[in-house]
Amino acid sequence: MTLGSLEIVRPGLLTSVQDLGRHGQQALGVPVAGPMDAFSHRLANQLVGNDADAATLEVTLIGPEIVIEADTTIAIAGAVFEVACDGRAVPMDASFDVRRGQRLKFGRVVQGARAYIGIAGGVLTPSVLGSRATHLVSRMGGLNGRALMAGDRLPVRARTIPGPLRKAAGLTLPTGGRARLRVVPGPQDAWFHADAIKTMSGVSFRISPRSNRMGYRLQGPPLPRVRDGELISEPVGMGAIQVPGAGEPILLMADRQTAGGYPKIGHVISADLPLAGQLAPGDFIEFILCSRREAVAALIARERQLLRYAGMRSAS
Amino acid sequence: MLLVEFEPVIDPVVNERVIALAARLRERRARGVRDVAPGYCTVGIHFDPLQTDLAALEAAIAAEAAVVAALAEVPPRPPIEIGVSYGGDDGPDLDAVAAFAGCAPSEVIERHAARTYRVYMLGFVPGFAYMGRVDASIAAPRHRVPRERVPAGSVGIAGEQTGVYPVASPGGWQLIGRTACVMFDPDRAQPSLLAPGDLVRFVPLQGQPR
Repeated sequence: MTLGSLEIVRPGLLTSVQDLGRHGQQALGVPVAGPMDAFSHRLANQLVGNDADAATLEVTLIGPEIVIEADTTIAIAGAVFEVACDGRAVPMDASFDVRRGQRLKFGRVVQGARAYIGIAGGVLTPSVLGSRATHLVSRMGGLNGRALMAGDRLPVRARTIPGPLRKAAGLTLPTGGRARLRVVPGPQDAWFHADAIKTMSGVSFRISPRSNRMGYRLQGPPLPRVRDGELISEPVGMGAIQVPGAGEPILLMADRQTAGGYPKIGHVISADLPLAGQLAPGDFIEFILCSRREAVAALIARERQLLRYAGMRSAS
Repeated sequence: MLLVEFEPVIDPVVNERVIALAARLRERRARGVRDVAPGYCTVGIHFDPLQTDLAALEAAIAAEAAVVAALAEVPPRPPIEIGVSYGGDDGPDLDAVAAFAGCAPSEVIERHAARTYRVYMLGFVPGFAYMGRVDASIAAPRHRVPRERVPAGSVGIAGEQTGVYPVASPGGWQLIGRTACVMFDPDRAQPSLLAPGDLVRFVPLQGQPR
């Protein structure tokens, strides 16, 4: 196996190594991390022939500039960026071959917030507790547990795949900085005024600038409670909508803690979490109530979308 | 995520049932279940909805919950000892906690070290154990404005809870001392020094260089 590397010339706003996350040790307080948009992470991996859990680079709003020190195959999925390889535009959602020494340069983001760079064989930074995912707060995984910086070198395999692979269409990215996310109520929806659920599903919430990979703080109307008192801290998952006593609701995202002590009015369904991952501060969320049955049906539909494009060769 | 809710109390026996349920569900290795995390009085079951037979999982939870309901007491176990350098730069809030309690700082140390604490759950950051209960007389509330940076190993009090910060992080607990114990190391066979259900005693260190 020949090794190569990715040399980070400019890191962009926030670029980190992510795989599907560090599952199985939340009992010890170990957070999961992983991609904000797992669908696009998996798609980027599929397009370069990787397993879903191979490590990609998650790029946020302002992309990096990278010299590829390997003959390899790359695919970029998720947010639509203008990207050039040695000055020539490369397609999104399709694989392309790169020669050793070529320079991948991200330009403007056109739609969405986060793109995933898949590379044949995956990024080979050390695995920590079974995962390469970067968790920024606990400084675990990825490259020394932090966002990438200029001068970093990431080990990769030098391997190309027979291709190219392309998909016809992927996630329908949020347009105009606005996404509709379906929500299943609970587990503490009974702590809130009956109107709070209605209010929540009737208005837009704005994502506060004080939002990050841990969660989005949401600016909108108050969601009044009928029940006071403190919740005893309990396990939480991605997509939970926590409502502090006074203050902004928080939509928990990839870098969430393992447990939380605020009541949760509902959960964004798994099928819609990738859309949430494509939002940025200043964008708007509209919540729509749905049932558990609808949530599973929506997830199956989303998975079919991924399967349909797996292995589709481009007509060239 | 599925959440199994027990009686909403902070109680050793309820917590013992929670931990036993989590362990039993983990041992079943049901298809689609990614993680089982115990809280104080809840169990969170993280699963992949597409890989999981939800009806079978719910039946398994009901069966195991019936088994653990029979647990009526906490079996004795030896406490883990954590050496603490109290006060001074290691415990900048010791005097404030003493003022809260209306006693001498040495009395705060004595009361904190006198009890055996139970690890109810871990969270916040890897290896951070929420332990209780602290003697009510020294149960000072957390700071209104958290510190930007609490050094690793700091031992704190927040109401009737006590805990040790495994890594430097922001934090609002009243810091009364510091330990040299490594609370979490991902390269160790057992990364976390403490696990849910463990018992802990804090041992004051006298004049030992850290």
